[in-house]
Amino acid sequence: MKRFLEGSRGVAEAIRLCKPGVISAYPITPQTHIVEDLAQFVADGELKTEFVNVESEHSAASVVLGALATGVRAFTATSSQGLLLMGEVIYNIAGMRLPLVLTCANRAVSAPISIWNDHQDSLAMRDTGWIQLYAENNQEALDFHIQAYKLAENKEIMLPVMVCMDGYILTHGYEPVDIPEQKKVDQFLPPYNTSYKLDPSHPITMGHLAEPSCYMETRVDIQNALNRALEMIPQIAKEFGTVFERNSGGLVESYRLEDAQYVLVAKGSLAGTIKEVVDNLRKKGKKVGMLRIITYRPLPVEAIYQALKNIPNVGIVEKAISLGAFGPLFTEIKAIFQNKKGNPKISGFVAGLGGRDITRETVERIFSKIEKRQMDLEFIDVKQERLNEFVRF
Amino acid sequence: MKELKIYARAGQGAITSAAILGQALFLEGKYAYAFPNFGAARMGAPMNAFLRFDNKPVRAHCQVYSPDYVVIIEPALTKVLDCFKGLKEEGIVVINIRKGEELPCLDKQRVVGISAEEIALETIGKPFANTPLLGAFAKATGQIKLESMLKAIEMHFSDKKEILEKNLEAARKGYEAVNETAI
Amino acid sequence: MSLFDSKFSTACPGCGQEIAAKIVVDIAGKNTIISNATGCLEVFSSKYPDSAWKVPWVHSLFENSAAVASGVEAALKHLGKLKDIKVIAQAGDGGTADIGLQALSGMFERGQEILFCCYDNEAYENTGVQRSGLTPLNTNTTTTPPGKESVGNTRPKKPMLEICAAHKIPYVASASIGFIKDLKDKVKKALSIRGPKYLQIFVPCPLGWRHGPELTMKIAKLAVETGLYPLVEFENGKLTSAMKIPQPKPVEEYLKLQGRFKHLLKNKQELQRIEETAKANIESFGL
Repeated sequence: MKRFLEGSRGVAEAIRLCKPGVISAYPITPQTHIVEDLAQFVADGELKTEFVNVESEHSAASVVLGALATGVRAFTATSSQGLLLMGEVIYNIAGMRLPLVLTCANRAVSAPISIWNDHQDSLAMRDTGWIQLYAENNQEALDFHIQAYKLAENKEIMLPVMVCMDGYILTHGYEPVDIPEQKKVDQFLPPYNTSYKLDPSHPITMGHLAEPSCYMETRVDIQNALNRALEMIPQIAKEFGTVFERNSGGLVESYRLEDAQYVLVAKGSLAGTIKEVVDNLRKKGKKVGMLRIITYRPLPVEAIYQALKNIPNVGIVEKAISLGAFGPLFTEIKAIFQNKKGNPKISGFVAGLGGRDITRETVERIFSKIEKRQMDLEFIDVKQERLNEFVRF
Repeated sequence: MKELKIYARAGQGAITSAAILGQALFLEGKYAYAFPNFGAARMGAPMNAFLRFDNKPVRAHCQVYSPDYVVIIEPALTKVLDCFKGLKEEGIVVINIRKGEELPCLDKQRVVGISAEEIALETIGKPFANTPLLGAFAKATGQIKLESMLKAIEMHFSDKKEILEKNLEAARKGYEAVNETAI
Repeated sequence: MSLFDSKFSTACPGCGQEIAAKIVVDIAGKNTIISNATGCLEVFSSKYPDSAWKVPWVHSLFENSAAVASGVEAALKHLGKLKDIKVIAQAGDGGTADIGLQALSGMFERGQEILFCCYDNEAYENTGVQRSGLTPLNTNTTTTPPGKESVGNTRPKKPMLEICAAHKIPYVASASIGFIKDLKDKVKKALSIRGPKYLQIFVPCPLGWRHGPELTMKIAKLAVETGLYPLVEFENGKLTSAMKIPQPKPVEEYLKLQGRFKHLLKNKQELQRIEETAKANIESFGL
């Protein structure tokens, strides 16, 4: 059924349809509406789940870890500092191969404290072994959660999935979303059944001590599972399309790339703004396009290469920065083209940190920048007069 | 595509208003994106909500800088902020006017003022100016049918039946008020 | 047959923690799931690909054994299996009283059906004998070494039993492997009570405390008999029992067996302070 809903509510509806047995969360802006809605579903008897209120994100992540280790589907959501506090458990969940689905309501990290959107939080968890999907709009946010459970729980994968959605912009934004029928979700997503669990009738030990003779293989296993996910994600998206009759998910989205000369690469809700700018510039005869990274981990190396190999000028626009180096996605896309045929001029732009709005005019300006020259790192819309202001002696 | 910017103090229902307008448009088969721009979320701080709508899916997720419409729930903000910044020449302002206060004067754009707070006090019993302004917006812009607006309000108050009728009345009165005071 | 198979344990000879953990799991029985914090017990019992545990057992991190157990408990509740399966969370003193205290408090406050066992060997033995919140006054650890300006740990042991009892949970108790029957009775009692339970077990560490492995049981007895480690029970926040020691032994008898207190033996003034600690315990718990 199509409804006009807040993004957080859409995610809560998706989770209700996926029927996790345990939900645990700790409140942090802008994640709160998601877990409040879920708590209400539980209170109203619409969702039969154990909702565990905890004293920190570290414990929220640990509770869902424990639930998954007992063989029960689980859910949590967080943001920013909450995700950082979970960090230790985030690694642990992937290392233990537990198929958690977590919503990251993307928000900047402290200091200075900022409750507004960027991607620094989820990017800090880039190397943990988690799958990361970035939603462009609220329909995708809803759909990705349903796909995420199917992906995570696949016996060939068994890895956690982080569904990233832009804080406020999506979590607090209202859009029309189609909420699928329970029957169809049940058809698409079977109950979580696993023999990899804590069960007194078949006692196993989880979370071993691994000596140097056996640790490395656990990392290779995760890498291989992530590589399998690169094949699985488009398959799941296809199956989703068959059952729910809409396109959603996948690795990347190409937008008007056919004859494009100037292409921006982006993730999340920004992609929607860029699409609109692309359409406007196309009307003026500019050969522009966009590549959207939907799946950021595992990095869809081949899909990115194929999409960009014939594009002469590429700009990566990121809401994150590896301080002291470059934008993370810029570095990775440069690496993809190292020693490969076709070598676009690739520029890196960092924009929208701490919620600074990325306007259509900003996007147009970035397009005009990549027409001029290549640069590795440029911060966009920086107020020069505010620099060197923060530390006062 | 049309864009709306709402000015209010936190707690005056700017986001609710944007969401109800979006809902009403959605009921008419249009696409909408309603979203807030929070300051640090304390009661009473100036804040904006935005609405972008179109006959095709709305994709841009940036804020609104050149609105077609401006709705001002808190008229005192016009004294401290440039609430009309970027307003398109053919744009429309819908504003809550308090007793003894004058309508802001703009060169080109149409300004529609209603005594939204008074209407709210008469109907709801509380000074929630946003509901009458929803009705006024429908009338002043012609973008939304009154019935859709009322239906959207009904959906919003579905679990607060006791105040639904009063809010519907407030919206209707806001709608009707535009005829009497429109410039 | 024990549910803890020592064949797959690499514990030091005379390890008090191994003795206690074995007693706990065997009393709990095979329908038990254990969540174990990082620490000696975890390291010596779960070396991949082996495991000493014959019950389902999970180790996640240092500070979250109570929270992981909470997730296990919630999952069992969801599955309708909580009546048949017991949940135990366990940790050393650091994983309980320092880094794990917040998660433990959360578990108590939620009223979850879990027995939390703290194996108290009074220091971070796994990382090489550093001071913890449960290290007693004047102890020589690697981070509280005695020297010209120091007689060891400057602070008294954190009153963990009282902290737990203040949560008004159904059952809080201390035990020692020096009193096996008492320990077994308390484990049984704890497991028969609904809601969150806390059991703190005194477990000597020959390596960290620098005593011969043959002295483990003797030291575990003496700690109680001197009044330095009171064996008590709290029910719903109230003290309900204490093991009496009508003729307390002098603290030197306990201290002189352990390298960690060697520096005190010639220091009358500091010995006196330890004696006072024992006296205060005897008085406040009515030992």
